[in-house]
Amino acid sequence: MIATALAVVSRLISGAAVQWHSDPNANVQRIYFGNHSSHLDFIVIWSALPARLRRFARPVAGRDYWEKGAVRRYLASQVFHAVLIERGNTGSDNARATARASLQRMAEEMGDRNSLIVFPEGTRSSNGQVGTFKSGLYHLSRLRPDAELIPVHLENLNRILPKGEILPVPMLSRVVFGPRLHTSVDEDRHEFLAKARAALIQLRAIS
Amino acid sequence: MTRLEDTALLALVAGVLTLLVLASITGWILSRRITSGAGRATVENINVRIRAWWVMALLFVVAVATGTVGSILLFSLISLLALREFVTIAPTRPGDHRALFWCFFVVTPLQYYLIWIEWYGLFSILIPVYVSIFLAIRTSLAGDTERFLERTATNQWGLMICVYFVSYVPALLMLRIPAYEKGNAKLMFFLVLVVQLSDVLQYVWGKSIGKRRIAPSISPNKTWEGLVGGIVCATAVGTAIWWATPFAPGEAALMALVLTIMGFAGGLIMSAIKRDRGVKDYGALIEGHGGVLDRIDSLCFAAPVFFHLTRFFHTH
Repeated sequence: MIATALAVVSRLISGAAVQWHSDPNANVQRIYFGNHSSHLDFIVIWSALPARLRRFARPVAGRDYWEKGAVRRYLASQVFHAVLIERGNTGSDNARATARASLQRMAEEMGDRNSLIVFPEGTRSSNGQVGTFKSGLYHLSRLRPDAELIPVHLENLNRILPKGEILPVPMLSRVVFGPRLHTSVDEDRHEFLAKARAALIQLRAIS
Repeated sequence: MTRLEDTALLALVAGVLTLLVLASITGWILSRRITSGAGRATVENINVRIRAWWVMALLFVVAVATGTVGSILLFSLISLLALREFVTIAPTRPGDHRALFWCFFVVTPLQYYLIWIEWYGLFSILIPVYVSIFLAIRTSLAGDTERFLERTATNQWGLMICVYFVSYVPALLMLRIPAYEKGNAKLMFFLVLVVQLSDVLQYVWGKSIGKRRIAPSISPNKTWEGLVGGIVCATAVGTAIWWATPFAPGEAALMALVLTIMGFAGGLIMSAIKRDRGVKDYGALIEGHGGVLDRIDSLCFAAPVFFHLTRFFHTH
């Protein structure tokens, strides 16, 4: 009930035109990866999915944000079934261990029927451009090679709810689900990430 | 007298429904006759448009039948949808965010609320005077001077076209015209019917005999033949339904003529904005027509002129 209402509100505010270049109803586990520019991003991708698939599409989100306050905690755990992960400084050995543990958990939480919604840039871009991808997506795809990688390009959400604003301006937006990204086992991390990012950016040109 | 007992209004509604039935039948016949080539796509597009016309006409009739509330709700919704399309293609920057929030959630409801409480004085100056000053202040406070003039002017124009001008349609219900008490819904009907019919007829004449383009750099579909044919026919229809208005027949003809010309100008202006911003349509909400703004472009520029002409000649 709450999930349906949220999906409707999200579609209204974002005025999202949804385009699919892969089968929206396919009964496969997927890793949807999108460009990140607004707090609305994940909910817009989620609400653009067919209703039947929404409850199996789990966003990966920062624990620090989603555990603040009872409402967010409720939404994250009961409505979106989010996979909450630690965010921290990268680089240190400690952080690397945490990241590894988080990736391991994401792969496990997918189980045998869930999909994930992830934002490989790791943080919201403030200028609407797609930033460089962190390596999480690469490692996740190696842990779950069975999952389809689907790039999702979000357009205009940074104008509807920019970084630092709490009230949305309801402009029109666009969500483009791209074709499945094909990767091979002998690609290294950099090749993989560059290819994934290019596949995402390419969707911008499709009208 | 409630609106359902207003026989003139019922006659207008019946007329529109008849027109739609005829259009649907014509569309059906065309689709059976023309089965190949480029004509096929045109016919399909025409039939999609006719179906959309049914929905729009029914929404309008329901709004008129439910009185002032329905009319204000319908047109405030149209304003919000149009403004959303306009702002989407406007060159906004993060510094406009708060000002735009005000436009959607405060200014638009307030403008229509003023019609509801019939405060004509503030209704007519709210957006051109107070909001234009307020928006400039709010945007300047955001501190971003990059293309400041272009952004504030564009946002102000968006409000004028999508909210201020459109709100003049239900504002017709505020006019107190002697010997025409409670008849104002028909005035609204006259305006919308003549303007939209003129659009359709310009399209029909243009498609059938159009040759000489009026402004090829703005809109390749607008031809002199279409324009003259559409204006003459829509003006004739407007004259023929003079009995539903407070106007004498000759006056109804002049009003209809002004409306069709303003409508044409509106279409041209809104097309010029689309070319400038590099888009083909404002949106995709109305199948076959494009966005809300693509459908109401002519109405935007005809409504305020119609209101003030009527007010000047028929009130006090």
